[in-house]
Amino acid sequence: MTPNALIVIALVVPVGAAALVAASDRAPNLREAITLVAAGALFVAVASLLPLVLSGERPSLRLVEVFPGLALEFRVEPFGLLFALIASGLWILSSLYSIGYMRGNDESHQTRFYVCFALALASTIGVAFSGNLLTLFLFYEMLTLVTYPLVTHHGDDEARRGGRTYLGVLLFTSTALLLPAIVVTWIVAGTLDFVPGGILEGRMSPFGATVLLVLFMFGIGKAAIMPFHRWLPAAMVAPTPVSALLHAVAVVKAGVFSVVKVIVYTFGFDAAGANFAWLPYVAGFTIIAASIVALRADNLKRRLAYSTVSQLSYVVLGAAVLAPISVVGAALHVAAHAFGKITLFFAAGAIYTASHKTQVSQLDGVGRRMPWTLAAFAVASLSMIGLPPTVGAISKWYIVTGALQAQHWVALAVIGASTLLNAGYFVPIVYRAFLREPSTVGAAHGEAPWTMVVALVATATLTILLFLFADVPIALARGLLGG
Amino acid sequence: MALVNHYGYWIAVFLMIVGLYITIAPGNLVKKLIGLGIFQTSVYLLYIAPAKLIGGTAPIISEAFKTYSNPLPHVLILTAIVVGVATLALGLAIVVRVREAYGTIEEDEILELDRAAEQQPAQ
Amino acid sequence: MISEHLPALQVVLPLISAPLIVVVRREAFAWSLATAVSWIGLGIAVELALRTAQSGAISYAIGNWPPPWGIEYRVDRLSSFVLVLVSLVGAIVMPYARTSVAAELPRERRYLFYSMYCLCLAGLLGITITGDVFNLFVFLEISSLSAYVLIAMGQKRKALFAAFQYLVLGTIGATFYVIGIGLLYLMTGTLNLADLAVRVAGVHELRPVLAALAFITVGIGMKLALFPLHQWLPNAYTYAPSVVTAFLAATATKVSLYVLMRFYYVVFGNALVFRTLPLDDILLALSVVAIVTMSLVAVFQSDLKRMLAYSSVAQIGYITLGIALTNAAGLTGAIAHLFNHGVTKGALFLLAGGISLRCGGTSFAAIAGLGQRMPFTSFGIVIAGLSLIGVPATAGFTTKWYLVVGALERGYWWLAALIVVSSLIAVAYVWRFVEAAYLQAPGPEAPRQGEMPLSMLLPAWLMVGACIYFGIWTSFNIGFAGSAAELLLHSGR
Repeated sequence: MTPNALIVIALVVPVGAAALVAASDRAPNLREAITLVAAGALFVAVASLLPLVLSGERPSLRLVEVFPGLALEFRVEPFGLLFALIASGLWILSSLYSIGYMRGNDESHQTRFYVCFALALASTIGVAFSGNLLTLFLFYEMLTLVTYPLVTHHGDDEARRGGRTYLGVLLFTSTALLLPAIVVTWIVAGTLDFVPGGILEGRMSPFGATVLLVLFMFGIGKAAIMPFHRWLPAAMVAPTPVSALLHAVAVVKAGVFSVVKVIVYTFGFDAAGANFAWLPYVAGFTIIAASIVALRADNLKRRLAYSTVSQLSYVVLGAAVLAPISVVGAALHVAAHAFGKITLFFAAGAIYTASHKTQVSQLDGVGRRMPWTLAAFAVASLSMIGLPPTVGAISKWYIVTGALQAQHWVALAVIGASTLLNAGYFVPIVYRAFLREPSTVGAAHGEAPWTMVVALVATATLTILLFLFADVPIALARGLLGG
Repeated sequence: MALVNHYGYWIAVFLMIVGLYITIAPGNLVKKLIGLGIFQTSVYLLYIAPAKLIGGTAPIISEAFKTYSNPLPHVLILTAIVVGVATLALGLAIVVRVREAYGTIEEDEILELDRAAEQQPAQ
Repeated sequence: MISEHLPALQVVLPLISAPLIVVVRREAFAWSLATAVSWIGLGIAVELALRTAQSGAISYAIGNWPPPWGIEYRVDRLSSFVLVLVSLVGAIVMPYARTSVAAELPRERRYLFYSMYCLCLAGLLGITITGDVFNLFVFLEISSLSAYVLIAMGQKRKALFAAFQYLVLGTIGATFYVIGIGLLYLMTGTLNLADLAVRVAGVHELRPVLAALAFITVGIGMKLALFPLHQWLPNAYTYAPSVVTAFLAATATKVSLYVLMRFYYVVFGNALVFRTLPLDDILLALSVVAIVTMSLVAVFQSDLKRMLAYSSVAQIGYITLGIALTNAAGLTGAIAHLFNHGVTKGALFLLAGGISLRCGGTSFAAIAGLGQRMPFTSFGIVIAGLSLIGVPATAGFTTKWYLVVGALERGYWWLAALIVVSSLIAVAYVWRFVEAAYLQAPGPEAPRQGEMPLSMLLPAWLMVGACIYFGIWTSFNIGFAGSAAELLLHSGR
């Protein structure tokens, strides 16, 4: 199978699945089966590209020329492949989990849910494999629009309000900040391709380049850099599988992925004259401020949302320091955070499905009743805090090493403080769950439906496995350095 | 004295402004059509007056004459008059229908009737 | 032999259909003839476009009288582009019209509708293809008069008053235009567009020429609904029959914009229009005001059609903005938007017509919960709405791209920012529909009639498909627009 065909398959499979799912509205089991098969097929297609990319090839596919000199282009490079692998792999587990959750909670509009899920995956693969900024922007916007029905799934007033914030912030940043940045880049550089070393070298004044950097960084709203982070907690009105998708697989990763790609392939390690000094401070502020809000949040999903905001800025921080090792760490953190956070959200959804509890203060003794779920939660927490034997330790290690090399003391201080804060808001949950007596309020309950438990145990296990067998992700992340 | 020699243009401009004012001023729909007619007439004058050259004769070729008046503007204005007549006819037809539907052809009364209808539940 | 006379046939076929329909009187015949003429017209327009693309401009002398004394029909890149747009919209709208007109007009008037439609089509095509300024006026009035009749055929009595208002303002506009070309004729002695271009450059006494420019700008400005001369548009679009709104919204103002471009760049030339008079600044200011204020007004409307009408005035502002930028990128965006907005608004109004059919109106109260009752219609409006906003992979995005590039190339950072922010205002009004249709429960009196008939849904979705298709495969809309822009910029002085 030629690389081009694989790229086409990777894009067509989720779209085709969406169409088939829409058509099998009347047959839920068939519908779910289609989703699982498509997810599997997508993963196989993406994984087939792995040996090619690891050996140095960069499969590319040029579609139609939209503007003279600017075409829709795909180019598979290591970091993009890493993202695509995470997305497609987690789609399988997400779908398994969703089946359990949607049926366990008897949710309405399930077909619409699975259709939009599939389309969101298609958009994510589009972002991951994009070969230039135009293609990236196209699929980035498509992702925003396709996830809107997912966020407003429940259709009530709360959902509508959440949807408005979600769309408002994301469309504002992408239309008012990111699009002009892309157009300026096009005018200045004459190309929008992702090229190792960047395309802006020597073409702009330091002031202009810095303004452009500001536009890009804040324009990529999906990276949830403060103050454009409000969409993330607002999106918590969605059903938990959606939150898991948004916070681990598709939307936020598309955001920080774009941030890293822009920094490495548009500006380049030499920064093209732009002043990067402000970015670590903004990222650092986001990390600390979000962690503090997470510390004080009682709603579990809200705590996890702000934890995500904080963790995303780890990636931004790693990239902003501009040291090669820290950029590799940033790329690795995309993977590490994905597996950890999805486990946490899966667990939150499992707890809700089994016991209808949403607040941290209600979680006393839940670990006794739902040992698998909370064990997975504990493992994932370790990954968030950055302790071995979880993959979060590796990415944090790389970022810290890079910051040390660059002698960026502020970044180191931020990472240190946030590690403590992470512990501060995750450890109490695990402690409550296992070491406190179950509260007498509420009916007795057991574990969540088995599909959900299988999914979340799988992702937690992967967190540990990736620590032990980290060479493939590390190799792919290192690809950012070579190009 | 150039001002006085160009009296043709002055008349055209005067009619133009009068016609426009009648059209825009609030009132009767038929009055607006009349204003439109006057406005269009001024344009006819604007075209035809310059067509007559001083010392020019009717545009039929003959050896005795060197200067001929320009027939083209007349042709153009014949077309324009036809267009004007069609517009007037159409306008009057609409006014007749408006009278049937509203019972009046005063512009302010029509607007008032529309506003009143809007207060009631939409039909 | 026929193929030599294609330029004339483009106009003559619909023109003779009109009286033919009135004579025969049967509705079925009327619709069939009008549809056949529209489809043949599309074929002719495409053929002419292909020929122009291959071998350059085509010149056809009516009655074999050579220009500049005779009337010339001239097909070049720009006019063939607009011809394809007008005939495409006509061709798609006709199958839709059969059901829509049957629902909205009383039986005894339907054949008259088709007759007027043919006249309107002939007029619009004539304006585009002619190379003689007075002939342009004649066709302008043909299309306008038939448009007034078409609008007056609306179901509510407000349609009559809207038609009358349009008649008065439109006639004033046309008459201003006639004054303008009269002044031009006085100074140059010719009525042929190409010849005028040459002779205007040689005129020494500039004041009549500048006066002509002013009159033509205001006159055509009334026809194209340039802010603040747009007063007729909201009422006319809201109360006209659905087919009429869809057809006119996609074509009538676009053709007038074409006329404006022709006069500015070819007849008068950039130097005169934009440097002697600060028309680019004036047009820029008016465009900006149009875009911002009309988009904001659209957000607060309580009726879908009215909202789309105000949106149209704002979108026309984008086109005049592109004209005012006077560089290749801006002009390409403007010309492309003639087509892009044409298909987008055409799609939206066709879908709105279906809503009107099934729900008895297009107020937002009637639209509540539409996503359940009319899923295809609602989704179509969402997609076309995305094109209105300018989301990538839609036709609207291609326009926005070029306008932003054009603004930045001129150094107008604030203007680029304004263009993107105005897209956000468009998000606000499109999302009003999305929330009403998908996130609100249907009202208690909501009729339970289901999706609109296929004969209406298919043409509408064809247009929706065009919004997406031309957002990705842009060789027609951007390609033609680009070369047309080059043509305009280089013919000027």
